[in-house]
Amino acid sequence: MASSKPLEQMQYILATDVGSTTTKARFFHKTEGEWRFYVAGEAPTTVEAPYEDVTLGVRNAVREVEELTGHKLLSPDGHGFIMPYNGKNGIDLYCTTSSAGGGLQMMVAGLIKNMTAESANRAALGAGAIVMDVISRDDGRQPYIKIQRIRNLRPDMILLAGGTDGGAGQNVMEIAELIKAAEPKARLGSSYELPIVYAGNKTLRPQIEKLFQGQFALTMVDNIRPVLEQEHIEPARRAVHELFMEHVMSHAPGYTKLMQWTNIDIMPTPAGEGMAMQLIAETFKKNVLGVGLGGATTNVYSVIDGRFVRSVSANLGMSYSVTNVMKEAGIRNIMRWIPFKIDEEEVASRLMNKMIRPTTIPQTLEDLIVEHSVAREALRLGLAHHRTIATRLKGVQLQRTVGDMFEQAVEDSYVKMMRVNVIAGTGGLLSHAPRRVQPMFILSDAWLPEGVTRMFQDSVFMMPHLGVTSTVNRDAAWNIFDKDCLVRIGTSIAAAGKGKLGDPVMKVHIQMDEGIVTSEMKYGEIKLIPLAEGKEVKATIEPASSFDVGEGPGKKVETMVIGGVAGVLLDARGRPLYLPEDDGERRKLLVDWFTALDLYPRDPLKELVS
Amino acid sequence: MSTDKKPDLVDDSKESGEAHAYTPGLKVKRAMPVQKLRRLPILGEVLVKVGDVVGFDQYVAQTEISGEPEIVKVAMLLNLDVEDVAKYLVRKVGDKVKKGEDLAYYESLFGLIKKHVPSPRDGTLESFSEASGNAIVRGTPIPLQVNAYIPGKVVEVVPREGAVIEANAAFIQGIFGIGGETHGEIKVVASSTSEELTEDHITADCKGKVLIGGSRVTDGALRKAVTVGVSAIVVGGIRHQDLIAFSGEEVGVAITGQEEVGITLIITEGFGKMSMSEGTYKLFKSFEGYTACVNGATQIRAGVLRPEIIIPHDLVAVEDGGELVSGMVPGTLVRIIREPFFGVIGVVDGLPVELQALQSESLVRVLTVRLSDGGVVMVPRANVEIIEE
Repeated sequence: MASSKPLEQMQYILATDVGSTTTKARFFHKTEGEWRFYVAGEAPTTVEAPYEDVTLGVRNAVREVEELTGHKLLSPDGHGFIMPYNGKNGIDLYCTTSSAGGGLQMMVAGLIKNMTAESANRAALGAGAIVMDVISRDDGRQPYIKIQRIRNLRPDMILLAGGTDGGAGQNVMEIAELIKAAEPKARLGSSYELPIVYAGNKTLRPQIEKLFQGQFALTMVDNIRPVLEQEHIEPARRAVHELFMEHVMSHAPGYTKLMQWTNIDIMPTPAGEGMAMQLIAETFKKNVLGVGLGGATTNVYSVIDGRFVRSVSANLGMSYSVTNVMKEAGIRNIMRWIPFKIDEEEVASRLMNKMIRPTTIPQTLEDLIVEHSVAREALRLGLAHHRTIATRLKGVQLQRTVGDMFEQAVEDSYVKMMRVNVIAGTGGLLSHAPRRVQPMFILSDAWLPEGVTRMFQDSVFMMPHLGVTSTVNRDAAWNIFDKDCLVRIGTSIAAAGKGKLGDPVMKVHIQMDEGIVTSEMKYGEIKLIPLAEGKEVKATIEPASSFDVGEGPGKKVETMVIGGVAGVLLDARGRPLYLPEDDGERRKLLVDWFTALDLYPRDPLKELVS
Repeated sequence: MSTDKKPDLVDDSKESGEAHAYTPGLKVKRAMPVQKLRRLPILGEVLVKVGDVVGFDQYVAQTEISGEPEIVKVAMLLNLDVEDVAKYLVRKVGDKVKKGEDLAYYESLFGLIKKHVPSPRDGTLESFSEASGNAIVRGTPIPLQVNAYIPGKVVEVVPREGAVIEANAAFIQGIFGIGGETHGEIKVVASSTSEELTEDHITADCKGKVLIGGSRVTDGALRKAVTVGVSAIVVGGIRHQDLIAFSGEEVGVAITGQEEVGITLIITEGFGKMSMSEGTYKLFKSFEGYTACVNGATQIRAGVLRPEIIIPHDLVAVEDGGELVSGMVPGTLVRIIREPFFGVIGVVDGLPVELQALQSESLVRVLTVRLSDGGVVMVPRANVEIIEE
């Protein structure tokens, strides 16, 4: 569907993001010569029976926009939108991002479980996939059982590796034939051609191509183990990631229909978010660490010294993947953020209920705090995953000796919190947090910023929308991004180091209009100093001898700090964060922090913790 | 669940006539046509034809798979050089052999030294390598069959692979399950929707049955059920800890059905103590004594798979597919699916257009629900599911 209007004549743009859980419609309007965000509509994504058609969710979200504005957008015939804007109804451009397919759940296959299959497994995990099963010749299962597994699990993709370049090929072909015999039916509709990434013995490529021709979407990349001692997973990882974006996401039920509605190609949500994060880095000329915390995935973005890296943790999220966060982090790690007494079982059951009914949202403060606790852990794990990708040696072939062949060497990540200048968050939970200080605090707890770090937030979750809009109308996207999307929450000043409760950590002198305001922060304390958005003031930070705020332990830092809707957060809680072992003390400290920041409504919180 | 909590305040009078952004409920149908494709994992022979009436345990297709191979180190066992072994083989490649029968025999010193190399299993001498001196005995082929799963009529044959079976049946979707396909006679063991299913309910006569519980099943009851040989348990809820203790595994992403836990478990409402919905319980009660086909396989992701209980019967006329034709309107029957009113049933009272503030301070689209006691509560539209009647 094409808009007939040139850019300068456009007046209304509709952008949607079809998430795994929620479909978000954002309506943009040019008013008095300036593009602004107008209104939002949301509805559950419709990927479950009886609907199984994402366009229904899009229509439902857009109906909300219509209800709220009185402006008709949907075509009366049920197919797409009224286009172009006719002076009363309609839009001039429709574009969308999507992560409707949810995470990436795939199978990997190789010859030897501990060697090629293990390398393939690493490549798949590195691409953010959930690996449902690893099939190898020596896995001890009958071929028919493997075929049944492939059929029952309905993988989104298969990564096939095996053999060294120029080596014998019969065994690799056996595995390939087994995959073909399984005739896997993907979960994302009958038109879906299952992608297979072949990263094995390159001399077999003609045979592999002949075998899979016409039935699978075959991509061939460099051998994951060209010789026995060398592991080369990057091409396979990239191919998996790329196919996830282009193939898996583009085949959510009803997707072909949605593609006919859009003016431009559907963009994967992480691509849209990634563009927004890069825009922040370019605009502010700073190192940025960003996140899109979604229902099925947690997407982390870093721009450090101009190098952009994206990771999609397909098994960490706040709805479909919420119990996987619980499994990966452990329930104790979630419980540690909860300031009131509640049974582990109660929390676990609530999270299980969220997973089985992913579109529900917290109504009570108690439920909201539980979800915020999970969010901290999803973010923490998402960053840990990101760091395994954003490493010095990634992309370089690893020479492995026989001795260390089976050990994954963990390279140091260059993503160091002291070097991160800006943290930005988007996604349903962060953007819809009722108080702006909540995402600031959640991100602080999860990512433990060090030194001086600005904190940004996506106002109503529209970074993906603006990312895709920018490919057509960059000026419109930038204006909305700057004026309506990017919320400057404030600045965090955090000292890295360990101490005992009550020990002096840092003295912070902030030059306010009324004079210098000095805060003497003791270990375990946190404080919020109001400083209006856009206001830039001088700050002098004097850390105690064992604490570092950017220039080394005990070294003074003089800098400018910028305000925001929350203000300046002084964080003397230590790095790593100090939380008492004793349950009562821990809860008391959390309540102190929550109260100091006015994090939640005071009376209901008081009632909860009493 | 108490419903006397103070509802959030609705402060806007503008109303939607109909809401389309809502969650559909799970299927709980007294009668509908159910079709199942039954397919071999590898090509074989289809044993039925279109129009045949089949039982749930009747095989509709079969094939054979190769038996297990076993390597026999003949040269080593005879203590001979590899190149000398072949002449002592007493079986040819391709010969059928029985366990204990000689594959090779060697004697020397006028019969004083005798060495036998027996076959380790029934099967076929598949190969002998003159390079290694090893033989491979392949076990007898293993038959592989696929049954009908549901009793009904064959409506389609997929050549060399299987068949599609159709039956008129009651069809109940669960919200979550573990364990694969099974069958059994329905036995309602809970006297009400809220009664817990404990070890005391599991008696010897539960063997092979599909037990219907009330609000939750305990780990102890599940373990006893496995011991007794219960086919499946269908119940309102289960505690998270009980599920982990029983299955031995924590659920991450819900892709289930492959567990080998000795029983199939389906929950219909959710985790924790959750009373089974009255409608579902009554439906099971009305089919007590019928054979149910049960599958716990669940995949909660795009293209969701929910666990199912199929109760074939020919008692009542087949209803239509029953898909929803309209959205949520005042008067629609709904179930609240999140705290603080989880499990409460009511009818839609109002659909305010404007966003409303919840106790959490979130601003969201809401609806008001009139409960059976006349009280009205406000909940996010995302937190209800429609009950189809």
